[in-house]
Amino acid sequence: MIAQLVSRLLQAIPVLLVVGFLSFAIFTYVGDPVSIMLGQNATPAMRIAMRHALGLDQPFLVQYWHFMVRAVHFNFGLSYRLALPVSQLILERLPATTELVMTSAVLALLVGLPLGVYTGIRPNGFVSRTIMAGSLLGVSLPTFLLGILLILFFSVLLGWLPSFGRGHVVNFTHWSTGFLTLSGLKSLILPSITLGLFQMTLIMRLVRTEMLEVLRSDYIKFARARGLGPRAIYFGHALRNTLVPVITIVGLQIGGLIGFSIVTETVFQWPGMGLLLVQSIQNADIPVMSAYLMLIAVVFVVINLVVDILYYVVDPRLRVKR
Amino acid sequence: MAGGADATLLEVRDLVVEFPTRRGVLRALDGISFSIARGEVLGVVGESGAGKSLTGAAIIGLLEPPGRVVGGEIRLDGQRIDNLPQAAMRKVRGKRIGAIFQDPLTTLNPLLSIGRQLVETIRTHLPLSESEARERAISWLEEVGIPAARQRIDAYPHEFSGGMRQRVVIALALCAEPEMVVADEPTTALDVSIQAQIIALMKRLAAEHGTAVMLVTHDMGVIAETCDRVAVMYAGRIAEIGPVREVVKHPSHPYTSGLMASIPALDRKVARLAQIEGAMPRLTTIPRGCAFNPRCPKAMDVCRQEKPGLRPAGATMAACHLYEVENV
Ligand SMILES: Nc1ncnc2c1ncn2[C@@H]1O[C@H](COP(=O)(O)OP(=O)(O)OP(=O)(O)O)[C@@H](O)[C@H]1O
Ligand code: SF4
Ligand SMILES: [Mg+2]
Repeated sequence: MIAQLVSRLLQAIPVLLVVGFLSFAIFTYVGDPVSIMLGQNATPAMRIAMRHALGLDQPFLVQYWHFMVRAVHFNFGLSYRLALPVSQLILERLPATTELVMTSAVLALLVGLPLGVYTGIRPNGFVSRTIMAGSLLGVSLPTFLLGILLILFFSVLLGWLPSFGRGHVVNFTHWSTGFLTLSGLKSLILPSITLGLFQMTLIMRLVRTEMLEVLRSDYIKFARARGLGPRAIYFGHALRNTLVPVITIVGLQIGGLIGFSIVTETVFQWPGMGLLLVQSIQNADIPVMSAYLMLIAVVFVVINLVVDILYYVVDPRLRVKR
Repeated sequence: MAGGADATLLEVRDLVVEFPTRRGVLRALDGISFSIARGEVLGVVGESGAGKSLTGAAIIGLLEPPGRVVGGEIRLDGQRIDNLPQAAMRKVRGKRIGAIFQDPLTTLNPLLSIGRQLVETIRTHLPLSESEARERAISWLEEVGIPAARQRIDAYPHEFSGGMRQRVVIALALCAEPEMVVADEPTTALDVSIQAQIIALMKRLAAEHGTAVMLVTHDMGVIAETCDRVAVMYAGRIAEIGPVREVVKHPSHPYTSGLMASIPALDRKVARLAQIEGAMPRLTTIPRGCAFNPRCPKAMDVCRQEKPGLRPAGATMAACHLYEVENV
């Protein structure tokens, strides 16, 4: 298994190189960093000096190499917009997005999985049909609309929950968390529901479909024929067999959550990386954009790795001895 | 309980199973009656679709919806089991009636070790601790002929061959010491070279533990070697039932005669019946009267009007109007 994980990591390297190349290309060729940094009135001499200082006069591959080396050291240069190190900006925004995405993912799993199991076990019950009908709403409602509706109802009309920001956060050296204060937790509720609802309904519908499928299988019939009780059959035998596809989809969906978090963070003015990205795009802040791209690629590689590890844990057939 | 005096273990009487469908109700089993004595091995043969599997499923209470028992009764040791509530029926399944299915590649849960599945089953039915159940599981694996059972108990199904997996299935079916097992074509999916071993194993275990067996098979050779009695099914009904020797050597029902004639040596299968013109009717086109009448060389007028019941015919029982007269 260790060998397979190592080979997985090796496979990730070309992916990262390609993404690195893309963000390098954006970094170097979109816009003109020299004129952005010096303004329009610079003299040609100043421009040449700046080009040299930025290493833009070096051969293409050398520039790419330097870019990647700096990326590995988490150095993406200065933000054009804020004139601060990009790495610092990202590190500041990382906790907000991480906490939002993780809360949404946990919420989606904690609600989606049991609902999927329930509706899979009783596909024709009244409750199941109601849940399934409701879930269509969750799948079809656009994230921003849901966020605005929630704000309208819970913030504007009822005044129960804040409509923007993270509330009070507690700072540690590299991390700021909203989990430890009441206002932080309250601030998390609407954004995480907004972000997680789609994934929750998706997980629920997937688990339901898989449960229906598995419950028809021979080994479930045989488990019933041995007189096993419903708990053993549904959870011990059936649910476990739905997990491989569920893990796959949840892994992909966490990626999706990061993507959708851009919308959610904008709606709720959530000070995370998504908001940073939107602001950077508006200001053509290329270094931040290329760093974001690299970071997302790394996150996807890590998610894939975790998904692979979970496969091994769940399915003994995949634990090939080599 | 009513049992005891006579040796009857399972009694099925006038069992009717129907499937409500969009185009009307399909009657898949139409008045099945038979019984199995303690320790007896009853073979069940018949063409594909005759209702063999449904009969087994009805007995263990696992008909797949929308299929349902609409008539008749099933008694185990005198007690009705066809109308038991779910929870009570679970105490019958596995504990009193075991089941062995056709394809061992799909009947074991791929994600659980065979030991886990055995221990779980044993502990569902017997008051044993985890470690006692594990010991019991190991001795069952040894009994069904898994080599190095103690080392292999934590292996997963995919680490065993088809034949070995069917041995595990047999251990699972017998591990709570049921009084009877329903074995639905237990060797059909296996390699020909191991079919005989599995049948021999089942026969030995049933004899040692006094387990009655309802053995569904297409293989007349297996019936002849293994069974005490045999039931011949046709279009959801029992055509003939009796001691194996009699049914094979002196069949009374014209369908059985055709069946036996088409199997010159007792090692062929009854998948198709070349000797008798035509095919078994679908459930939607079962003719009035005797279901066999369009194909029967001896069909009479009454055969197209009235459904024959099972009556004594020589040393067996046959559902055929030819034997009506003798009985009156
Ligand atoms: N879900 C269902 N809906 C409608 N008809 C069904 C259903 N399940 C089974 N049947 C019908 O019931 C009849 C008996 O089926 P059964 O599976 O008992 O046959 P069998 O004798 O076991 O055949 P085989 O030798 O192929 O296993 C068949 O005609 C089949 O079409
Ligand atoms: S009842 Fe009539 S049709 Fe049916 S088997 Fe007997 S003789 Fe043939
Ligand atoms: Mg069958």
